[in-house]
Amino acid sequence: MSTDNPVSQYAVRLADDALILGHRLSEWCSRGPFLEEDLALSNVALDYIGRARMFYGYAAELSGDDRSEDDFAFLRDCRDFGNLLIHELPRGDFAFTMARQYLVDVHSVAFMTDLQSSTDATLAAIAGKAVKESNYHLRRSRDWMLRLGGGTEESHRRLQHAVDELWGFTPEMFEMDELEKSLAGQGVAVDVSRLQPAWDTEVRATLAAANMSIPEEDWQVSGGRQGKHTEWLGHLLSDLQFMQRAYPGLEW
Amino acid sequence: MTDNLSDQQLEQRETEFQQRIDAEEKIEPKDWMPEKYRQNLIRQMSQHAHSEVIGMQPEGNWITRAPTLHRKAILLAKVQDEGGHGLYLYSAAETLGISREELIASLHSGSAKYASIFNYPTLSWADIGAIGWLVDGAAICNQVSLQRTSYGPYSRGMVRICKEESFHQRQGYHIMMTLARGSAEQKEMAQDALNRFWWPSLMMFGPHDADSVHSAQSMKWKIKRQSNDELRQKFVDQSVKQAEVIELELPDPDLKWNEERGHYDFGEIDWEEFKRSMTGGGPCSRQRLAHNIQAHDDGAWVREAMRAYESKKREAKDQAVA
Amino acid sequence: MSEHMQLFEVFIRSRRGLDHKHVGSLHAEAHAQALEYARDVYTRRSEGVSIWVVKSADIVASQEADCESFYDPLDDKPYRHATHYQLPEEVDSM
Repeated sequence: MSTDNPVSQYAVRLADDALILGHRLSEWCSRGPFLEEDLALSNVALDYIGRARMFYGYAAELSGDDRSEDDFAFLRDCRDFGNLLIHELPRGDFAFTMARQYLVDVHSVAFMTDLQSSTDATLAAIAGKAVKESNYHLRRSRDWMLRLGGGTEESHRRLQHAVDELWGFTPEMFEMDELEKSLAGQGVAVDVSRLQPAWDTEVRATLAAANMSIPEEDWQVSGGRQGKHTEWLGHLLSDLQFMQRAYPGLEW
Repeated sequence: MTDNLSDQQLEQRETEFQQRIDAEEKIEPKDWMPEKYRQNLIRQMSQHAHSEVIGMQPEGNWITRAPTLHRKAILLAKVQDEGGHGLYLYSAAETLGISREELIASLHSGSAKYASIFNYPTLSWADIGAIGWLVDGAAICNQVSLQRTSYGPYSRGMVRICKEESFHQRQGYHIMMTLARGSAEQKEMAQDALNRFWWPSLMMFGPHDADSVHSAQSMKWKIKRQSNDELRQKFVDQSVKQAEVIELELPDPDLKWNEERGHYDFGEIDWEEFKRSMTGGGPCSRQRLAHNIQAHDDGAWVREAMRAYESKKREAKDQAVA
Repeated sequence: MSEHMQLFEVFIRSRRGLDHKHVGSLHAEAHAQALEYARDVYTRRSEGVSIWVVKSADIVASQEADCESFYDPLDDKPYRHATHYQLPEEVDSM
């Protein structure tokens, strides 16, 4: 199930990003390191699920048939999902979850800030809501980077490991394919390639403040936007889509 | 608090305390209170808090599998609320001079209890509906009553919790309603969930008044405001109509209207099963506790890191000042 | 103080023009963190426009034993209360 409208395709990608990361974050519910943090993680997860619904809803509207947000979320397979790979990696330990969140949040704040000036009014409006959320997420995840980096030997080790494991997935956040180039040309999409230098500066500063060494740039993986995913996504989808697959076509 | 009092003074204080309770005055943290009142409160509030926190698991089991995005958001928000309610209650209990760590330790050691209903598994999506409708429904009966409990922080916590819980039961009933009006398969799923959760929901109100160890004293101190049997009756009465409206059948052949009492009569609860599930023999008892312990243990290094980081920061600040 | 995070009391102003009101407490390592958790824990339904957090240990409270000297002297001034003044019915909503 795909859609021909380029703006709709773009919205689906952004929705996929939000849904898949929201799913990973929601896995923390009842598993947080203490109750306050458990609640905070669920809040972030809820923000992402809400964001996914807004983008899917808009994609559905543009697609011009009677598809709903749920058709997009529950009835497409791996190859049709266009999320960035970094979002689908398993939640790992708390250091991994927070390091990913931080790397994504820095990107997300810049991205949504830019998307606010999209010539597409709906995308701009969704971005307006999302940027506020992401600013808060970033404050949290940045704080955790400093705490874990500057906490104990164990937290430092775990955080460094997480950053090392994530690093090769970050360049994908700044890649542009034909669809995005064309939409960016029309002022609809964000030109993410331009966001990289500022992201790099900010992330490196935080890593330094957290006593992290910058990982070697000797590997990188991408392909999410083209539906070339890690093996993790299939398992995530079998969990996410179970009900709609087992009991197709019903109201819930 | 009772350390330096003579027997006579103690008796005097207890009398004054009871008078205060009888006059519907709230007891506040710094007030003098009988040690047994304090213990009784800690027992009840911590049991309540643990129930909220352990209760996150059976519903949490379906967050990643919720059938629509809307249901997913509702469920996650709801389970998060349960965690929040656990937190409010731990906070309220802490005003009695016990720490959250101590409370959690007694949960993990098995010396503190939680509602045995959460030791039942959630096997289908309909169970999420049944839990919202019945388990939250039963909990709300209890909590509405507890808004008038004699201990101020507990009472205020309950007011807050009741306000937030108002959507919990409704969303559960809405799930059941949607299923009951759906396909044959969905209706069957809903009836099956109702069959499995009905009796455990009735057990949530605890033993019969006559058999309840703590009840009489709790009522006298107005920690509890209505008895187990009164609340259970209220719950049965309200559920009958609700089941009728969505054409599901409560699994109790003895259920019938009693004109004379003005209430529904209902069958006897299997108290042996109640005891089994209460004492760790429920289908998921071991899993629930293990899950909570695992999360707590997995979080230990995070809590240590936070502490270490903040104390380093404080030291640096102190040095800068010096 | 091995496992203990500090306890903070949380006060929320639910609407502009109202006082901050005590809503409960939570655990955190520092003020800034307490403030963030207060948002997550106590304003999930956007109940607040402003939050205060105070270390519970920093609160100085009157003691039960002081009660009489503390409050009783304030209790003999009924003329401070509006109900003290009997007015004709026509103007009694004053």
